[in-house]
Amino acid sequence: MDLDCSWVKFFIIHRNCNLVARASTKEFYVAGGGVHPIANGMATAADWMSAASFISMAGIISFGGYDGSVYLMGWTGGYVLLALLLAPYLRKFGKFTVPDFIGDRYYSNTARSVAVFCTLIISFTYIAGQMRGVGVVFSRYLEVDIVTGVLIGMGIVLFYAVLGGMKGITYTQVAQYCVLIFAFMVPAIYISFLVTGNVVPQLGFGSSGADGVYLLDKLDGLHKELGFHEYTSGSKSLFDVFCITMALMVGTAGLPHVIVRFFTVKKVSDARKSAGWALLFIAILYTTAPAIAVFSRTNLIETVSNQPYDEMPEWFSKWETTGLLGFTDKNEDGLIQYNADTTVNELTVDADIMVLANPEIAQLPNWVIALLAAGALAAALSTAAGLLLVISSAVSHDLLKKMVMPEISDEANSLQLVLLLLEQYVWLDGLESTPQDL
Amino acid sequence: MKNNIYWKKNIRYITILLSLWFIISFGCGILFVEELNTITIGGFKLGFWFAQQGSIFGFVGIIFTYIFLMNKLDKNFKK
Repeated sequence: MDLDCSWVKFFIIHRNCNLVARASTKEFYVAGGGVHPIANGMATAADWMSAASFISMAGIISFGGYDGSVYLMGWTGGYVLLALLLAPYLRKFGKFTVPDFIGDRYYSNTARSVAVFCTLIISFTYIAGQMRGVGVVFSRYLEVDIVTGVLIGMGIVLFYAVLGGMKGITYTQVAQYCVLIFAFMVPAIYISFLVTGNVVPQLGFGSSGADGVYLLDKLDGLHKELGFHEYTSGSKSLFDVFCITMALMVGTAGLPHVIVRFFTVKKVSDARKSAGWALLFIAILYTTAPAIAVFSRTNLIETVSNQPYDEMPEWFSKWETTGLLGFTDKNEDGLIQYNADTTVNELTVDADIMVLANPEIAQLPNWVIALLAAGALAAALSTAAGLLLVISSAVSHDLLKKMVMPEISDEANSLQLVLLLLEQYVWLDGLESTPQDL
Repeated sequence: MKNNIYWKKNIRYITILLSLWFIISFGCGILFVEELNTITIGGFKLGFWFAQQGSIFGFVGIIFTYIFLMNKLDKNFKK
């Protein structure tokens, strides 16, 4: 596959964005407070939509059906809380970081250190998920084991963050948003058109295929046949769905790297606007994901179920190499039995591969597949960069400057950043987590 | 006094909009999903549609309504 060229281009674009976006040390934390709400909304969207949103979410929905709705509602509903209850007031208070707000508002350095601690825990766990995402992309396209993929990804993020610089990260993220949304939408529109003849994926997955049967009804039927729960009703209890959704909403509203973005605008009213634009840009991806989930699920079942293993297309063996797709011929009939019953089931599919494998399963051209990989990387890198910024400001601004040694200079802060990145690298080395956990 | 009225209006907007937020997500998407699923529009069962599409569109609508209302309120109180 001719992927090398697009990789190179992709990195050059990103590098240039970073160089252009460099700014003075003064603007390091909140970009001088003069970002336009639409640009800020786009940057927030890229910052927040991570490898989990881009790669994993549609896959999880695709396996969970209605159960997957908890992520769709939970991760977007939090923005309503953010826009109505948090963002305008945090902006009004006029500080750089969340620990700043908590420490100054409650006149307590203990509260501040608790906030710093929480910020660091959230950011580190979150960034680990991004690494897994980058790892999945690399393991597939370099055809290596997933662990090797994660290691390669880590090296690139480290290299990239140190070289590109963290200043003026906003405009880098605007560019990354454009890359990732384009990469996500093109294959979705393509597949929607192929399957249903409707170019809008949001409408497409409620339409009927070539056989005249509504896609969702057909999928419900396929699921029943193979012993899975019905796609549109799911298997989780009402109580579980309710609580998970609530937890995700409240959690989303409290993400430190998202909140910090609302400090970058000029006025309180701009903070509200930013939240609105951010959710609008996020909604484009989030309403498309369930459509992709349905297309990929149907395509997967129709391609593999009860088909001979020897006649599987190329993508099957390539994903097998990564260890994320597995087949064991239990009854030795050479056919792939895909079933909810684990004693009969012969196929294991990791949910993380669904978005990336989807265009291959649907036999779309190679450039679409390459585009997806670029988008996934943009999603992971922009989030990783946003989180690294939060981590470095939590340590250098909140912890060192405000609490431990107030006389520290900005140059020493930059040194801190490099040390932190190295620390992060070592820390991640011993860690293997999946985006689903987040 | 003026600030007080401004704040009360703001709270009122927030209460109404957050109730809407609850109804479209937790109401239509979760609590009453079975009942709404008996209605189908196109290929969508309505409850399922709310859970995977409708609620998200609704959230966007709610935030922009709040922006609009608050901007109007800000303008009125600047006079």
